[in-house]
Amino acid sequence: MTTLTGVGPGRGELTAKAGYGVTQRRVLLSEWTKLRSLRSTLFSLLAAIVFVVALGILISWAQASHWDQASQIDRLTFDPTNTSLSGVFLAQLAIGVLGVLMFSGEYGTGMIRATITAVPHRLPVLWAKSIVFAVVTFVLMTVSSFVAFFGGQAMLSSKHIETTLGHSGVLTAVVGGGLYLTVVALLGVALGALVRSTAGGIAILFGVLLILPLIVNFLPSSWYDNIDPYLPSSAGQAVFAVVRDSSSMAPWTGFALFCGYAAVLLAAAAVVLRRRDA
Amino acid sequence: MIEVQGLTKRYGEKLAVSELSFTVRPGIVTGFLGPNGSGKSTTMRMIVGLDQPSEGSVLINGQRYRDFRAPLCEVGALLEARSVHTGRSAYNHLLALAQTHGIPRRRVSDVIELAGLAGVARKRAGGFSLGMGQRLGIAAALLGDPGTLILDEPVNGLDPEGIRWIRTLLQDLAAQGRTVLVSSHLMSEMALTAEHLVVIGQGRLIADMSVADFVAGASENVVHVRSPRAPELRDLLLSADVTIRADGVDVLEVSGLPSARIGDVAAAAGIPLHELTPRQASLEEAFMALTHDAVEYHGGSASTLPHQPGDGAAQAVGGAHLETHGAGARS
Repeated sequence: MTTLTGVGPGRGELTAKAGYGVTQRRVLLSEWTKLRSLRSTLFSLLAAIVFVVALGILISWAQASHWDQASQIDRLTFDPTNTSLSGVFLAQLAIGVLGVLMFSGEYGTGMIRATITAVPHRLPVLWAKSIVFAVVTFVLMTVSSFVAFFGGQAMLSSKHIETTLGHSGVLTAVVGGGLYLTVVALLGVALGALVRSTAGGIAILFGVLLILPLIVNFLPSSWYDNIDPYLPSSAGQAVFAVVRDSSSMAPWTGFALFCGYAAVLLAAAAVVLRRRDA
Repeated sequence: MIEVQGLTKRYGEKLAVSELSFTVRPGIVTGFLGPNGSGKSTTMRMIVGLDQPSEGSVLINGQRYRDFRAPLCEVGALLEARSVHTGRSAYNHLLALAQTHGIPRRRVSDVIELAGLAGVARKRAGGFSLGMGQRLGIAAALLGDPGTLILDEPVNGLDPEGIRWIRTLLQDLAAQGRTVLVSSHLMSEMALTAEHLVVIGQGRLIADMSVADFVAGASENVVHVRSPRAPELRDLLLSADVTIRADGVDVLEVSGLPSARIGDVAAAAGIPLHELTPRQASLEEAFMALTHDAVEYHGGSASTLPHQPGDGAAQAVGGAHLETHGAGARS
């Protein structure tokens, strides 16, 4: 028992006085360790990077190679920025699933018991997971977004239909690709904490982001025009579109609404995490 | 010191734990016993704040768990099932827990060494055997060098060497003045490890006493007697508080009389004895008798021990017995 240094029941108080104790900053570090120590997380992040970069370049190449056959309307509404960022749509799957897993993975394996025993106030865990995963997503996806943009424009330049960061709205859109995925990440984290199950969280997240727009599409067009712009997906995706149709929201207005949805879900997750038995 | 006061947990209509009150003192190992589903795990989860009690409270060294600034340095808990992400290595699992408190990496290495996990610390916890998983859980519990330890079925899945390791570890931790609460459904294990027992059945307290008192109180000694003139001897021994079972033609199981007295009676009557063996009911039997009653009487206020010897225990073990109760007239 030589490795155990403590003697007596008051030992805990002594160590607490020695400076040990839960702080938000320490929980952040802990969540960072958790994130980087799972191989599945690293693979998913790698997949998201590949999706954004490779798909953006591939679709830009396809557009350039078929430009000569493109219709007049297609040419007029062509958005070179958004085209090079099309991989974001696929990457949101990897990011969203990872976001859900931040909590559902802990509930599924029982890790949540260890986590909550260490941080009985619970909310620091929600904030730490949100911040760590949002920052990691933003950094990786914004960089990927820029790489996809430059790669895509290089493909499009063969037909001289490329754009540059200097054009109005383009820089916003490229950063917007990273921002959109960051908020998708937060939606995933909040849903994972709310429903606790991986399957349930993923179903709700992509039901709302991918399926809901399809269903709204079947509504009468006057309804559609009034509903579609306010859907989370449409509002969020406004931030990385440069060429917009008349009904969609302005980039930052749409993005603000998208953030609002995430904020509401995170608040609900906070209430539930605090109240429910773990 | 853990003070459980009027603890109640309701899941809808069902009462998992009902007005449970007991105190766990430092310096000794306290066994927390009950059949499966009796509310042990629920109680332990409420102690560390995973579950909110419907009523009542738990104080650890006078404070609620949630109010500790450094909970891992106050209470170390090993809870039922695994509490580890299967994809993470043992080292990273412990490191992530340590980091929430600012506990240094050196301590992580120490507990890995202590739990005998040095060889597998970098391997994914999902590949661990049940025993390895338990060792990892114990390493996590010891991480903050806490003054209180709460372990739910820690010997589950451990090999004999591991069981001995746990037993020694718990006793050493208690000897250092720590408060140790260990749950189990195995009485025999508790007999070797614990000094004090808290027994629950159907979420209610059945007994709160030392292991020695528990055995002494719950089981009356039975004497195994073999004699060619057994029926005669039985008639001589019968009295108000003596119970005799005739097992076969020449065997008597006598409870309520010391073996010396039986020998004396036989000698005085000139009855030869071929065997006279005092047999103490095991802790297991005592436990069975006690919890059997709790089930039978639906956990009513059974805080006293049953006085009818062998009521549940012996019958649960035995085959076809012929039971004879003393008429009380003879002495």
